[in-house]
Amino acid sequence: MERNELLTQIQEIFRDVLDEENIVLTEITTANDVDGWGSLTHIQLVVAIEKHLKIRFTSKEILSWKNIGEMMDSILSK
Amino acid sequence: MLDFTALKRNIKKSSAGFKQLKVAFMGDSATQLIVQAIKGMGMEYLMDLDLFEAEFNQIDRQIVDLDSELYQFNADVIIIFESTHKLLQKYNKKTLQDRSTFADSCILHTKQLISILQNKTKSKIIFCNYTEEDDRVFGQYASKVEESFIYQLRKLNFLLQELAVHTNNIYICDVSTIQNTIGRERFWSPAIYTNTEMVVSIDALPYFAQSAVQLICAIQGTFKKCIILDLDNTLWGGVIGDDGIENIQIGQLGIGKAFTEFQYWIKKLQERGIIVAVCSKNTESIAKEPFENHPDMVLRLADIAVFVANWENKADNIQKIQKILNIGFDSMVFLDDNPFERNIVRENIQGITVPEIPEDPALYLDYLYSLNLFETISYSGEDLKRTQQYQKEVERTMDQESYTNENDFLKSLNMLSESKPFDSFSIPRIAQLSQRSNQFNLRTVRYTEEDIKRISISQNYLTVSFSLEDKFGDNGLICAVIMRKVDDKKLFIDTWFMSCRVLKRGMENYVLNTIVSIAIENGFETLIGEYIPTAKNEMVRDFYLHLGFEPVDKIWKLESAQYINKENFIMNKQVENGKK
Repeated sequence: MERNELLTQIQEIFRDVLDEENIVLTEITTANDVDGWGSLTHIQLVVAIEKHLKIRFTSKEILSWKNIGEMMDSILSK
Repeated sequence: MLDFTALKRNIKKSSAGFKQLKVAFMGDSATQLIVQAIKGMGMEYLMDLDLFEAEFNQIDRQIVDLDSELYQFNADVIIIFESTHKLLQKYNKKTLQDRSTFADSCILHTKQLISILQNKTKSKIIFCNYTEEDDRVFGQYASKVEESFIYQLRKLNFLLQELAVHTNNIYICDVSTIQNTIGRERFWSPAIYTNTEMVVSIDALPYFAQSAVQLICAIQGTFKKCIILDLDNTLWGGVIGDDGIENIQIGQLGIGKAFTEFQYWIKKLQERGIIVAVCSKNTESIAKEPFENHPDMVLRLADIAVFVANWENKADNIQKIQKILNIGFDSMVFLDDNPFERNIVRENIQGITVPEIPEDPALYLDYLYSLNLFETISYSGEDLKRTQQYQKEVERTMDQESYTNENDFLKSLNMLSESKPFDSFSIPRIAQLSQRSNQFNLRTVRYTEEDIKRISISQNYLTVSFSLEDKFGDNGLICAVIMRKVDDKKLFIDTWFMSCRVLKRGMENYVLNTIVSIAIENGFETLIGEYIPTAKNEMVRDFYLHLGFEPVDKIWKLESAQYINKENFIMNKQVENGKK
């Protein structure tokens, strides 16, 4: 999958889970940049992405990403 | 099932008009999302839940510390959720020797906590049981080894049930069954647990929340009382009018087996006290034939409280059934294989539950199990007689139609009532009625068996219960009144509820005559009544007005000296028996 398309899909998931239509993600977006992206919602986002892309993250990966780009690296390595 | 994201959205919706309840949640894992899920699921059940979440792993401290946030919150319901995974950690630290008594020591600890809670609060307590997790140390031989974890875990779940049987106000939230139903893969997510201390996966949260909320609903008095059944292709395979009695499918062969097993389930519900009614588009005599003559039918006419078979529309027929049973539509479940009928009923009858049963009859039962429609928090011997009592009610209705004069009809019933203070025989039934009655209930204060016991021996109260029987049968205990002594002269009617089975029989007049004479005997001059409106008790809004009470501010007063006994046709059973 192309990075751009993946980014769009992740953005959709963020909008849905956080119930906020105006979220715009880039590869350098971090949790601090998005209202509502906290430690609890992070888990929800992870589970939603896993379900959507039919992948599983390892427990190490889940807490390792500094920004969206790194999360995408994890996904694309699967 | 709604997913967790949808439950979170629910929280933002308006809860105007919903029942409010305070719920405290305590766990030994990260429980924030569980609490959100319960709050969101409450909205689906028209409940506005005010949730207090104890901090992480504080169950013991909150209970033992008498100034804790838990006690300050003053919850209606306290939910305690200890996770299997934490249980395993405790077990791991035990010596080999202590492992064989692990469950016993756990249950002892739980008992101690619960007894402190019961001394300090009147809250209902929901304790979650443990999902099964097997460390496989002994392989399957674990079932033969008392020291094994799975042996101790299953024993602990069993001991919890025993504790619940013998302790009032404790209810078990069966989390173990949730995992059995949706599977451990979906219930437990090790990667997420490792990162967050959460032991219930996002996927499982709605199931957990649903189980908790269903219990909470039952605790606050909302539950199903009646199941209304279609016949053709619902209760048996085929169409009785077309296929004839010898060709409908029921019994041990082929698809008939599915219907037989379904009927056994209905029969068990009926034995538990759920009213079973039939609503079918059929000619009545033909519809009744299998009940009377088919050897493989499990259900017989004696099991059906109200049998309606005609060619009118089902929404109208269900209205008729409701009038006879006199219970709210929201306490009824309607089962029909035909989506068209389901829609008509759903659209025209507000509040009734109409499950979307699967097309394949083989799937009926598992689908219905998954809905868990018949949650309850009480069960008593009276429940067994309910069907019979409603059948008598149908007879009475028919009989009444033959009298043109209401009083002649009432006289013909030969009604007898026994009134007496609450005693150990009547207390369980009174507590149950206190939980169940919604419509004829002036203040709708819900009392548990413990509460009623306390009131019955208190010097501050006068209590009286009433039974009613007539030529058609015995209705059992149908009314209770609790009067609190305000001072030497005034009595406040704290509670007055009556079973709707005995409406329009003059019972309210008889009850008032009785309580006024009790007041006079005990030297009280004034009776004070109050009406607290709820969504269900509109029928008694002007009750005190009709009985001749005077409105003063927002309460009602009656002077016993000026009271003239009200007309009724009910005789005092004790007096009548004395004559004989």
